[in-house]
Amino acid sequence: MSAVLEVRNLRLWYGTARGSVRAVDGVSLEIAAGSVLGLVGESGCGKSTLGRGILGLLPEGARADGEVLYKGRNLVTMAPRELRRLRGPDLGLIFQEPMTRLNPLLRIEDHFRETLEQHESKLTDDAIRRRSLDTLGRMGIPPTRFRQYPHEFSGGMRQRIMIALALVLRPSLLVADEPTTSLDVIVEAQILRILADLKANFDTALLLITHNLGIVAEACDRVAVMYAGQIAEEGPARDVFAEPKHPYTRELLRSTISLETTELHSIPGAPPNLITPPTGCRFHPRCPDVMRVCPARDPIETRPEPDRRVLCWLYGPDGDIPPGGTEPAERERIALAEEA
Amino acid sequence: MNQTGPSLKRYAITRLALVVPMVFILLTLVFLLMRVAPGNPVSAALGGHAPPAVIKAISHQLGYDKPVYVQYAHYLGQIIRGNFGTTISDRRSVGSIILVNGAATLELTFFALIVAIVVGVLVGLVSGRFRDSPIDAGGRLFGIVVYATPVFFLGMLAQLVFGIWLNWLPTSDQASPITEALLQTHTNIFFIDAIIDGNWTALKDIVEHLILPATTLGIVYGGVFIRLIRINVIRTLKEDYIEAARARGINERSVVYRHAFRNALVPVITVVGLSIALLLGGAILTETTFNWPGIGHELYVYLQNRDYAAVQGIVVVFALVVVAASIVIDFATAFIDPRVRY
Ligand SMILES: Nc1ncnc2c1ncn2[C@@H]1O[C@H](COP(=O)(O)OP(=O)(O)OP(=O)(O)O)[C@@H](O)[C@H]1O
Ligand code: SF4
Ligand SMILES: [Mg+2]
Repeated sequence: MSAVLEVRNLRLWYGTARGSVRAVDGVSLEIAAGSVLGLVGESGCGKSTLGRGILGLLPEGARADGEVLYKGRNLVTMAPRELRRLRGPDLGLIFQEPMTRLNPLLRIEDHFRETLEQHESKLTDDAIRRRSLDTLGRMGIPPTRFRQYPHEFSGGMRQRIMIALALVLRPSLLVADEPTTSLDVIVEAQILRILADLKANFDTALLLITHNLGIVAEACDRVAVMYAGQIAEEGPARDVFAEPKHPYTRELLRSTISLETTELHSIPGAPPNLITPPTGCRFHPRCPDVMRVCPARDPIETRPEPDRRVLCWLYGPDGDIPPGGTEPAERERIALAEEA
Repeated sequence: MNQTGPSLKRYAITRLALVVPMVFILLTLVFLLMRVAPGNPVSAALGGHAPPAVIKAISHQLGYDKPVYVQYAHYLGQIIRGNFGTTISDRRSVGSIILVNGAATLELTFFALIVAIVVGVLVGLVSGRFRDSPIDAGGRLFGIVVYATPVFFLGMLAQLVFGIWLNWLPTSDQASPITEALLQTHTNIFFIDAIIDGNWTALKDIVEHLILPATTLGIVYGGVFIRLIRINVIRTLKEDYIEAARARGINERSVVYRHAFRNALVPVITVVGLSIALLLGGAILTETTFNWPGIGHELYVYLQNRDYAAVQGIVVVFALVVVAASIVIDFATAFIDPRVRY
């Protein structure tokens, strides 16, 4: 299986008045055709930014650096016009928030017509209609509502319309940013089924951004855990869940399992701001396993197993850890207090 | 769409029903204002030097010596019957002033509105689309200058440059005396009358007379929209559905025209409607500057003469136009924007 998408050392900044927000900071990923990569992490760690950045859709004032290789072509340096042609039929994006993503003055029909006419100009009126109604139908939107306006639909229905609007072009790579957040469990299952069909029938590569680790376990081949703009850990979904390596992954998994056992566990503290993130390992202020080396040096990505990547000093490389660096940092702090 | 029908109809009925008390209050206000304002219309009409006995006699004849409430009842009764009365100073029928001079004003304001929309929308859209470019800087500067310039100043400048220095265009009146004498009256709107008659020489003359006043009024009025449209375009281009359209690979031209401009112009319709009063106010000044025989010019003259009857009639017409415009705009907005449901 060859990689449809290869992200190499991607950096994305937002310029703000208070400084630049480094929302994605040196991310590398691969997604093979017909496979699903789950992207998880707490709110604000840069998942949506990464998803949009792949399609080159960033607001004014944002900057990108690194490589996004789609079928071998770098999207970061591609001419805007060329990139525009890829968006839709090659690169699909389902946005996180469905309420505001449809033009209030246009009918659902207009949205589909415009999209299909843009990329498949040879389609007849009839074919456009058939394709649109078929895709909408699979999302549970009946043909009678084709000519209605966005405000006449509920949030969940708009979400499904947005998904249909992305799927109608059958993209080779689909970035789905929390596509099922505003849907009930039954519809959620249906949508996941459709996305699974898509990869089976059209060999679509899927980047599935979600908060729901259950979905990842069920629907994803691989999973990437994101923290403060970086990939903390990446590997086959089953292995990562069975045996998390990174302390953050462990904490994240623990916080969901505890919900089921009615004993609420949450990771102490909150994700850092991304203008001035913590030094060294960004997770060190919240990490139960923090060592002396952690705040001092940026962790280096290692492969503790052939198919897995981790960004944590617990897994070396030992040669880069200064002597005594593996001593727990907690003790050091107490020792300092005693000396004082 | 079925469920929206009755509610829209109900809204239309309430909206129209509200017009009656609105107009009634307006009529009363105008009546009272004219009575409270200082100065005696009869003495003003007679040139201010008539002997008191004559003034008294004429006042009696016109009913101005009766108690105010009797005058008020008489005034309302007349208006309900569609009779706006007769002017005091020159004994013209106010109804015919509204028809004849009103037609001239309609001609002027219609073309001014077109100029305003073309100038305002064009400059506003382009400025917003190419934000912070030199084009935008120019557009904004133009908007500010035009917004701050009094109508009569711009009018006199236009007269000086195009009328006197360049001698390209006439600087006053609605048409040349010959045209006016030869043109047959069908609608009182010269422009249309000339077309009906197929009188192209007259039409050319009429258009030449229209250009300076309509452009002057139109540019000043258009200045109101430039900033508004620019900001709306900038804001709309940041909307989520614009980003979503780009994510679907819709080309930039469609994104800008179909998504951004259309959506940015919806609130502008409301502002055009609400500022019709501004347009009429501008028309008074423009008509005075260009000696345009419109209703605004008449209002100015009759106001100086304290001619109750004429001023009352004209102000009522202005008020009715403003009310009518706001209703039309409401319905237009409801029609264009499917979210507007009442
Ligand atoms: N337009 C923007 N300008 C400046 N900062 C932004 C902008 N959009 C996002 N950010 C910041 O970038 C960081 C990452 O945001 P992002 O939306 O990618 O997070 P996320 O992981 O998708 O979160 P969530 O799970 O809540 O959707 C956050 O700190 C956010 O405040
Ligand atoms: S590098 Fe150190 S602080 Fe960071 S996750 Fe690993 S152990 Fe914890
Ligand atoms: Mg997000």
